[in-house]
Amino acid sequence: MPRTRKVRRLSTRDKVILAVMVAVPTLIELAFVWLPTLFSIGLSFTRWSGLDLTDIRAAGTDNYKFVSQDYPPFWPAVQHNILWLVFLALIATPLGLLLAVLLDQKIRGSRIYQSIFFVPVMLSLALVGVIWQLFYQRDNGLLNFLLGTAGTPAAVDWFGDSNVNIWAALIAATWRHAGYVMLLYLAGLKGVDPALKEAAALDGANAAQTFFRVVFPAMRPINIVIVVITIIESLRAFDIVYVINRGTNGLELISALVIQNLVGEGQVIGVGSALATILLVISLVPITFYLSRTFGKEAKES
Amino acid sequence: MTTVTTRVPVAGPSARPGSKAKRHYATHLVLLVLAVMWLLPLGWSLYTALRPIESTNEHGYFSLAGPYNFDNFVTAWNQGGFSKYFWNSVIITVPTVLLTLFFASLMAFAVSRVSWKFNVTLLILFTAGNLLPPQVLAAPLFQMFKHLDLPYWFSDSGSLLNTYISVIVVDTAFQIGFCTFVLSNYMKALSQDLTEAALVDGAGIWTQYWSIIMPLCRPAFAALGTLEVIFVYNDFFWPLLFIQSGDRLPVTTAINNLQGVFLSNYNLLAAGATITVIPTLVIYLLLQRQFVAGLTLGSSKG
Repeated sequence: MPRTRKVRRLSTRDKVILAVMVAVPTLIELAFVWLPTLFSIGLSFTRWSGLDLTDIRAAGTDNYKFVSQDYPPFWPAVQHNILWLVFLALIATPLGLLLAVLLDQKIRGSRIYQSIFFVPVMLSLALVGVIWQLFYQRDNGLLNFLLGTAGTPAAVDWFGDSNVNIWAALIAATWRHAGYVMLLYLAGLKGVDPALKEAAALDGANAAQTFFRVVFPAMRPINIVIVVITIIESLRAFDIVYVINRGTNGLELISALVIQNLVGEGQVIGVGSALATILLVISLVPITFYLSRTFGKEAKES
Repeated sequence: MTTVTTRVPVAGPSARPGSKAKRHYATHLVLLVLAVMWLLPLGWSLYTALRPIESTNEHGYFSLAGPYNFDNFVTAWNQGGFSKYFWNSVIITVPTVLLTLFFASLMAFAVSRVSWKFNVTLLILFTAGNLLPPQVLAAPLFQMFKHLDLPYWFSDSGSLLNTYISVIVVDTAFQIGFCTFVLSNYMKALSQDLTEAALVDGAGIWTQYWSIIMPLCRPAFAALGTLEVIFVYNDFFWPLLFIQSGDRLPVTTAINNLQGVFLSNYNLLAAGATITVIPTLVIYLLLQRQFVAGLTLGSSKG
């Protein structure tokens, strides 16, 4: 193979340079991403106050038992994470796709619309939380005014009321997610061969049939990316609920529970790490799916 | 696969000659309604920020009564300490983005231009690292930094906690994965002949990297650089975890504290949120093309 020949032609000096080029970034990646990940798994089987390294005690699976049986916010958090995923997948992502399809037509002002829908994507989710706080506020927020409930006892404290705040947070998250999905689909739609659409039109397919039977399947690579992004975003969701009320009172998410157990009074590192490990295991499903799609072929080739 | 396309959808839908120019009334109606809904939260923040609290106290938040001025911005800037927070954001963002791009380019070059056994394994390690939820590594990183004793001339906390370096290092490590993935795909697409020819002329690895490949990657660096500036500026989580003294926080994380400080003055909070949005909007308007290209280049990133 010509490729292996190429490596053999490298001089010693080149090999040293190459080794440094690979070693430095790899060490950074291992030290600050993968080693901590392994430590998280390790710590989840221990009891530790975080004060002195010699205080670490083995705890077996106690932390997991505690989390699943005696830790009240855990199951609500799991439910909220699932809700988050379902909402993004059924509402936010299709909305982004709809925006992309509408904007892909030959219409005036497409760029202006695109920019408007895209603005939230540039903001951090923490800031999205603050901005929507202003919008949702009980007494002075715009939403209660538009609903005619401002200043009356019927006014809803959208972020404060534990019955509605998860929905309010989800709508704020959709505001950002849909714009991102729109952008990716716009890129995807540009990549679809127009000849496909014309062929479908010649065969007598209407617009909807053309889209669902021809265009949408042709965007398979983008669809996979979108599925992975949607799942990972719903597992990573954190900033917005933390800004609202630190992920309490109706906004429990696994990610927020991890942090609640790590900072503040009474650091319970074992429990926090068990929660982090659970989050890791769930995350590995979409990550593995995505990696095998992306690198599967290459790995076989080399 | 995820380097979906380098063609950017900012140019608007491509005009297909021959197709009938339709009016698209329904499309415009849907888009207009959605665009108005999309702008409401931001518009409301700006509107509230422009009105003095005396006028809203007198007339209510839902009135048009003037005056309108920038006093809230001035007050928020001075009272809230925004100049300090923006400076903190700069101190964290600039080194992070430069280091990330540099290390990622080294790694990407090694795995895409030189063929050896662990190419794909390393790429998977880096790409997967970027997809993990940050909360998974939070506890070990926090403890690693806390238990690392440093001289007081270097860090007034005696450890890496509460230093800019902690955030820079972890942000860099986390972002290297994403940039390596994007850059390696970009470099793979460059012709092998480029470096083969140089190799025949006796150019070493470093010359190939620095003088041949790097200049060709300028468009990718522009796109990634813009994207990374926004990512790091928007990062809320790592400063929240590592930095304890409020006056070292970057602006995106500081806004969370300001929520408490400005609670009694909704108009000031609105001004603070608006000020925080401005840098991202400016970057977007100036570097729109690069930014959007970056997002579509690496659509694996949430």
